[in-house]
Amino acid sequence: MSIIKKNVILLFMILALLVYALVVNQGAEFGGADGEAESVIAETSPDYTPWFQPLWEPPSGEIESLLFSVQASVGVGFICYYLGYRACLRRKEREPKCD
Amino acid sequence: MSFVFGMHIMEGFLPMKWAALWSIAALPFIIAGCRQIAGVVREEPKLLALLAFAGAFVFVLSSLKMPSVTGSCSHPTGVGLGAILFGPGAMVILGMIVLLFQALLLAHGGITTLGANVFSMAIVGPFVAYGVYRLMSKLGAPQGLSVFSGAALGSLITYLVTAAQLALAHPAEVGGFYASLVKFAAIFGVTQIPISIAEGLLTVMVMNLLMAYSRDEIESLSLLRNGGSIHVNN
Repeated sequence: MSIIKKNVILLFMILALLVYALVVNQGAEFGGADGEAESVIAETSPDYTPWFQPLWEPPSGEIESLLFSVQASVGVGFICYYLGYRACLRRKEREPKCD
Repeated sequence: MSFVFGMHIMEGFLPMKWAALWSIAALPFIIAGCRQIAGVVREEPKLLALLAFAGAFVFVLSSLKMPSVTGSCSHPTGVGLGAILFGPGAMVILGMIVLLFQALLLAHGGITTLGANVFSMAIVGPFVAYGVYRLMSKLGAPQGLSVFSGAALGSLITYLVTAAQLALAHPAEVGGFYASLVKFAAIFGVTQIPISIAEGLLTVMVMNLLMAYSRDEIESLSLLRNGGSIHVNN
């Protein structure tokens, strides 16, 4: 099986997992797991108050998703640069005439 | 007070004694990790791009909060790929950089909980991923299955460690540590199951690409050369 075929199958498996999670929980909030952990802490240690606050918090959900997108795109940018560079090197090895 | 959702232990949510304990526990691994990366820089500088690739993979995956069957979200860790390629030491540093970025810029995790989060995501996760991968390779499992199992279990166990860290610091009044552990594990662990599977599959995809395009670099990783566990179909 070619790599493209293998990876397309794997990609569909991942998508199926995520879509399934959305479909079986249509009413759910999809909050962060740590938000739920906080409510457990409030139960087990009702007197606990966090003793340190984040030095800086994104001022809004929009700014937060901006920063998450920046994080993801910087990463993907490098990953694609690297793979493109390696793919080109390999092609040059195989077909020395095609520059 | 508004909390930003993330999946690591939130800022200030570990009492000072536990925060200190996990930081001290992480320290020797951080030092060993620095040495391992320095070794790569010194001996195989051409592998730096691949090391950066492993770091970029962690960067991307830890920004992707995915829906889970429990109706809440969590994110993959991405440390399995680098641990399989370079060994767990290098990932301690790469994972820590990502955790630091998220703690400072996203209020996701925290500075006081950095030690605990490094311990779960950047130490236990990579060691499990590496150990499972090596064990399965030795047992003769196909490479894809070994990569999948290593990455998926590394990701899942990361969050079970997070649950245990929270349970140790916040034992239930009735039932103590175990009662708390069950609750935290139900939140972090169960949510993480499908996401670990997705992470395992994604790691196999990326490994397939690397095997196709970076075969020589992967072969020059002394770690894999000694183990001889990577099979290349060309």
